[in-house]
Amino acid sequence: MIDKTTNQRAWFLVLPVVVLVAFNALIPLMTVVNYSVQETFGNNVFFFEGVKWFEQILHSERFHASLLRQLTFTGIILLIEIPLGVAIALAMPKKGPWVSVCLVLMALPLLIPWNVVGAMWNIFALPDIGLLGRMINGMGFDYNFTQQPLAAWFTTILMDVWHWTSLVVLLAYAGLSSIPDAYYQAARIDGASSWSVFRYIQLPKMKRVLTIAVLLRFMDSFMIYTEPFVLTGGGPGNTTTFLSIDLVKIALGQFDLGPAAAMSLIYFLIILVLSWIFYTLMMRNEEQ
Amino acid sequence: MAKITLDRVRHSYTENPESADDWALKQLDVVWSDGGAYALLGPSGCGKTTLLNVISGLLQPSEGRVLFDDRDVTGVPSDRRDIAQVFQFPVVYDTMSVYDNLAFPLRNRRVPEDQVKTRVHEIASMLELEGVLGNRASGLTADGKQKISLGRGLVRSDVNVIMFDEPLTVIDPHLKWLLRSKLKELHQEVRATMIYVTHDQTEALTFADKVVVMHDGQVVQIGTPVELFEKPKHTFVGHFIGSPGMNLLPCEIVDGFPSFLGHRLETAEAVKVPAGAERMEIGVRPEFVSFADEGLPVDIIKVDDIGRHRIVEVHHKSQAIKLVTPEDTPIPEDKGHLVFERDKTNVYADGWILS
Repeated sequence: MIDKTTNQRAWFLVLPVVVLVAFNALIPLMTVVNYSVQETFGNNVFFFEGVKWFEQILHSERFHASLLRQLTFTGIILLIEIPLGVAIALAMPKKGPWVSVCLVLMALPLLIPWNVVGAMWNIFALPDIGLLGRMINGMGFDYNFTQQPLAAWFTTILMDVWHWTSLVVLLAYAGLSSIPDAYYQAARIDGASSWSVFRYIQLPKMKRVLTIAVLLRFMDSFMIYTEPFVLTGGGPGNTTTFLSIDLVKIALGQFDLGPAAAMSLIYFLIILVLSWIFYTLMMRNEEQ
Repeated sequence: MAKITLDRVRHSYTENPESADDWALKQLDVVWSDGGAYALLGPSGCGKTTLLNVISGLLQPSEGRVLFDDRDVTGVPSDRRDIAQVFQFPVVYDTMSVYDNLAFPLRNRRVPEDQVKTRVHEIASMLELEGVLGNRASGLTADGKQKISLGRGLVRSDVNVIMFDEPLTVIDPHLKWLLRSKLKELHQEVRATMIYVTHDQTEALTFADKVVVMHDGQVVQIGTPVELFEKPKHTFVGHFIGSPGMNLLPCEIVDGFPSFLGHRLETAEAVKVPAGAERMEIGVRPEFVSFADEGLPVDIIKVDDIGRHRIVEVHHKSQAIKLVTPEDTPIPEDKGHLVFERDKTNVYADGWILS
């Protein structure tokens, strides 16, 4: 048996981290909590309101609509990006000089600042001068993302897929390259079809990285702000107003600090709970 | 079940091999008889795994043919060669149960489910896996997983050969013994040809009826453990098998008998130096050297007591010789004389034995 020595002074060693976390996370968060239960008319005068803002947000049609848009958007991009990313990773070369070329090309979209991505796609998709917009119209489709909700959604999703599929590809590729050759050789000897190889070797071995990919893409897409804000500004109308855009409108457009704070907290809890559900579902088999 | 013939097989991993070093397998003409237990022994990088992959069809040899009985299978892919291979690291399908793992090769070949069931249970009882058939394969220990890899090979009743590529590397030492005797037992039970690759001589000598020693892309000797010990065909075999390895002493041939630094040694029969031989050596195992009242004069340098016997290092004119003596034989102090057992003293020309 090892006797553990107890030395409470060790807490001083973690103090710098505690202070740092307090300043960049806890204190701002508590400020939001503080706002969410009070009403203000300016001049730094606050009245306690209890859970009134929470009730208001939870019953608001506007919040329901943005939440639904947000869930739809996240669902669609997860359904596209995860399978597409895995498919591209499977098609990438396993060795040779092309590996690094592919990896660099794949990483490029990830290196572009988010507002630049929005601006790029805005110009790219403009129906009169943009390459993409002109092309689609040239093919006989009536396409104008600044006016048609469907076109706006199509463009936003296309932009996100272009921007973020690479992340899934890189993670999946890393998972694939960690599979020893012996697995493929054993499968060949066992007479496995290429579908079986994917289903029973590649997919299980990629599971951990795919869990990370799904979580990251879920959280990031659920918080998406910059790119659609630059691309569509939430329009036409409110059709691409996702939760974060709506939140900024309430907080900075209308200066309704109380409702905005309550909405932030609800927003935060939704992400937390959904992430937890995703993680538990995907890791469920791991412990057996 | 089949006899396996390697007919002038050569393999190189480079596109256009030029020098001899470019060949991973220099030239192999080997026949593995049906039902034999073979060990393929050699140091790392000597071409063991390459040879194994040529037999299993994972690798196409650059030249030569592979025959199963009289059928040329050189161009036949692995899944249609009816072979099984167990790799260094256990390969199991993580998401499947132990049962499904064992059934996988059969199901891929569309064997009816009731036959799959009887066969899987048969193999599971042979490998003592019956208790865990319903468990997920990923939860098993390394030796359990290695048993599954082995079971996937055994489950098909038509396997021509089962190959093991250093299968005990990741197994705990106390389980190695168990698994090794299990393999030996299985061989007697199923009577399939087995080829066991290893660089560990103990493993090779305990498992196999015949040991194939490889060195530098070539097979240097095929023989029973006793043959390898008493009559190594190549100085490499003498050096690689046995601990400590064979003594190799430079010599010249005078009147048909070797002379080591002016000291004439006896061999079973007179030797003839082949034309063009450059390097002549005497090879004698430490076990066949002993002290005597007269013979080769030596200085005693070091005595290592390793339990039931002792390893003595002596020098004759700065040429080191080792001998193994039982622990109760007296060892002279400082200086002594050596004799070599006449029948067990071999002469080598450029590394190969002269008979």
